Amino acid sequence: MDKEFAARRRRDLIIAAVLAAIAAATPLFVKDVVVQNILILTLMYAGLSQSWNILSGYCGQISLGHALYFGLGAYTTELLFTKFGVLPWFGMLAGGVVSALIAMGLGYPFFRLRGHYFVIATIVIAEIGLLLFHNWEWAGAAMGITIPIRGDSWLKFQFLRTKLPYFYFALALCCIAWFVTWWLENSKWGFWWRAVKDNPDAAESLGVDVFNSKMGAAAVSAFLVAIGGSFYAQFVSYIDPESVMGFQFSLLMALPAVLGGIGTLWGPVLGAAILIPLTELTRFKFGGSGRGVDLIVYGTLIVLISLALPRGLLSLFSRPKKTGATR
Amino acid sequence: MGLLYGLIAVGLALIFGLMDVTNFAHGEFLMIAMYLSFFLFAFFAIDPLLSAPLVAAALFIFGAVVYLLIVRFAMRAKANAGMVQIFTTFGLAIVMRGLAQFFFTPDYRSIPHSWLGGKTISIAGIFLPEPQLVGALVSILAFAGLYFFIHRTDFGRALEATREDPGAVALVGIDKNRVFAFGWGLGAALVGLAGAIMASFFYIYPDVGASFALIAYVTVALGGFGSVFGAFAGGIIVGLVEATTALVLPPSLKSVGIYAVYLLVVFIRPRGLFGSI
Amino acid sequence: MTPLLETRGVWQRFGGLVANSDVSISVGRGEIVGLIGPNGAGKSTLFNLIAGVLPPTQGSILFDGEDVTRMPAAERCQRGVGRTFQVVKSFETMTVIDNVIVGALVRNTVMREARRKALEVLEFTGLAARAHVLASDLVPAEKRRLEVARALATEPKLLLLDEVLTGLTPTEAQTGVALVRKVRDAGITVLMVEHVMEIVMPLVDRAIVLDLGKVLVEGKPNDVVRDPKVIKAYLGDRHAVGA
Repeated sequence: MDKEFAARRRRDLIIAAVLAAIAAATPLFVKDVVVQNILILTLMYAGLSQSWNILSGYCGQISLGHALYFGLGAYTTELLFTKFGVLPWFGMLAGGVVSALIAMGLGYPFFRLRGHYFVIATIVIAEIGLLLFHNWEWAGAAMGITIPIRGDSWLKFQFLRTKLPYFYFALALCCIAWFVTWWLENSKWGFWWRAVKDNPDAAESLGVDVFNSKMGAAAVSAFLVAIGGSFYAQFVSYIDPESVMGFQFSLLMALPAVLGGIGTLWGPVLGAAILIPLTELTRFKFGGSGRGVDLIVYGTLIVLISLALPRGLLSLFSRPKKTGATR
Repeated sequence: MGLLYGLIAVGLALIFGLMDVTNFAHGEFLMIAMYLSFFLFAFFAIDPLLSAPLVAAALFIFGAVVYLLIVRFAMRAKANAGMVQIFTTFGLAIVMRGLAQFFFTPDYRSIPHSWLGGKTISIAGIFLPEPQLVGALVSILAFAGLYFFIHRTDFGRALEATREDPGAVALVGIDKNRVFAFGWGLGAALVGLAGAIMASFFYIYPDVGASFALIAYVTVALGGFGSVFGAFAGGIIVGLVEATTALVLPPSLKSVGIYAVYLLVVFIRPRGLFGSI
Repeated sequence: MTPLLETRGVWQRFGGLVANSDVSISVGRGEIVGLIGPNGAGKSTLFNLIAGVLPPTQGSILFDGEDVTRMPAAERCQRGVGRTFQVVKSFETMTVIDNVIVGALVRNTVMREARRKALEVLEFTGLAARAHVLASDLVPAEKRRLEVARALATEPKLLLLDEVLTGLTPTEAQTGVALVRKVRDAGITVLMVEHVMEIVMPLVDRAIVLDLGKVLVEGKPNDVVRDPKVIKAYLGDRHAVGA
């Protein structure tokens, strides 16, 4: 039955494994710290965007407030670590759980909203989070939290002399987010989400629990993004509200998926692989002037890609499928 | 202050609500207007109050051109129209910020001795800062004008009809692009007006738009998309809430009040106070 | 034996407008029942009440002996109510088979089985050749058929069809009629709303005519079409349309 479908699923999995293997081998050849840095960020944003894509791409609930979950992940991990000495590994899970719970709590009122009203509500809630952390003395307020460095340690997940562990963690995060998407895509949830995105009324009539499927997507998405936030906090070893909960993160999570192909399995990875190095390179090449050339280049590219390829870069690769006569 | 938010918001409301297009570069329109006003002052010593009509006219052209060169194509997108609009206008915003940094440098600028700046006026023993007062007056006039324009003129009706059914409108010989370009121009002109007034009492820098843009969105959504009166009411509510929050919470938290009120309103009325779409 | 579906004294008011007043109908197992009537007779409202889009202002709805008056649409689907939409609501960005799988997931939790079920239904409805086409690429008649396929995949006891035959070419309508018969022969009860009597009368076992929100006449199609009240309601309607 439906061999074509099974073959496609297997092919996706094999491609992913090959890509992951290639990525895992790059540090053998790439010794330059700046380039390694870019690779780490690319993998991280690929993972984040993949997670964002679950709620916004598959389930169609466009969130521009995912910075909230990113920041919550970072803050939960670091507050637990600096205040209570909880190891980051546990803090990471805690951050994920906290974010998922908050995402579901917010889901109750939010998922009644549609269109622009929903998008603005997501921006606003992240902004409220940002302002609250700005004024929360115990959490360092605007000063943020500096993570005490006690030397390289897997236990505390901090490394001074090498970036490799961060690289492999970012790779793992990206792979996990991809695999979760791959797995969910062919599950009841994946089908429910796409149905809800395309037409909630029809979905309802086919027995889809519209509300709970949105909640499920929000929880998975927020959990994974929070793990990314925890990782980022460990990676940069200093966090403040702007640097982990700013609006730019919400956009940077959405952009790769949108540019690559929103609601697709490969879109976020492809988008991040192009966008993040580009961002970093323009910043590196033109950013030094402080005169915004990087912004001009970056912005122009976004405008051009959005206009030229509304379905994302991925649409360049997919052959239009119109088998069978149109009668 | 609320009325100024209202004025920024109503320009957005026109674009966002009446034409149902997202404009994430709205704050940058404001930024451009403030710079224009600044340079007119710096080079020609034209007071912001006098240059306001000039700035509005310039922004009108700018808005129309942006529509014709970019937004028109974003609206035509066959897939993901919403996302395409968000990200094209967002990309545009980044470009505008970059251009502003490039040409105007990231320095903070201000207009030192305008007619209005820093002066206060006393009405019945209450001291009010002049610029805000003038701002309020201009806003009320602009609202009244716009309201009349949308609801009483042929163009206003054409605009509404075009949003609802571009195909049918084309049949009766209305060119969608002309109507929308005019609408964008008008929306931008209103922001231009707001920018010119604000230039006399706000610092001007490339990122200034960002801080107002979100509040403008909230204002429009609070009032409800598609309603000019809603944006006006939204502006007043936002202003009042901001002032009240500032009394009870530290100043850095003043926006929280606005955001909270927005969430509260849409949870009770998912289409804003006066929204039709 | 209890009827599969029963409405008891159902009222629906929208503000001052009464869309359904005191409607009591029943649909027996294995029947094809036509719900017909002129424009504005309250057919669509009654249809939506049965499908669970909204609860009635007054009265109760029983399905398979159970009171489902206030049950949401998704749960009714699980109980065995399948429906189509008058204005087609395909999942446009999904392929035809994926559309149908959404329906099949109601009774099949394992993906492999849901997929098999979907293929089976596509075969049954004659859409198998188009399985991997995007729903947005289908022609209107195929979209109608997809709606039926999707609903059938939920393995309903009662299939509600909302004007599935309207607006089709004569050939397409014939294929449609054949499909409805096939559905009934598979043991599924059918309640279909149609505006145009000519198409449905030869197909249905029993017709219920609504007019002005009330049940006007109920009976065998042949008797119904000759009923003076029905003729008057329809002629009146035609005059109104002509005016």
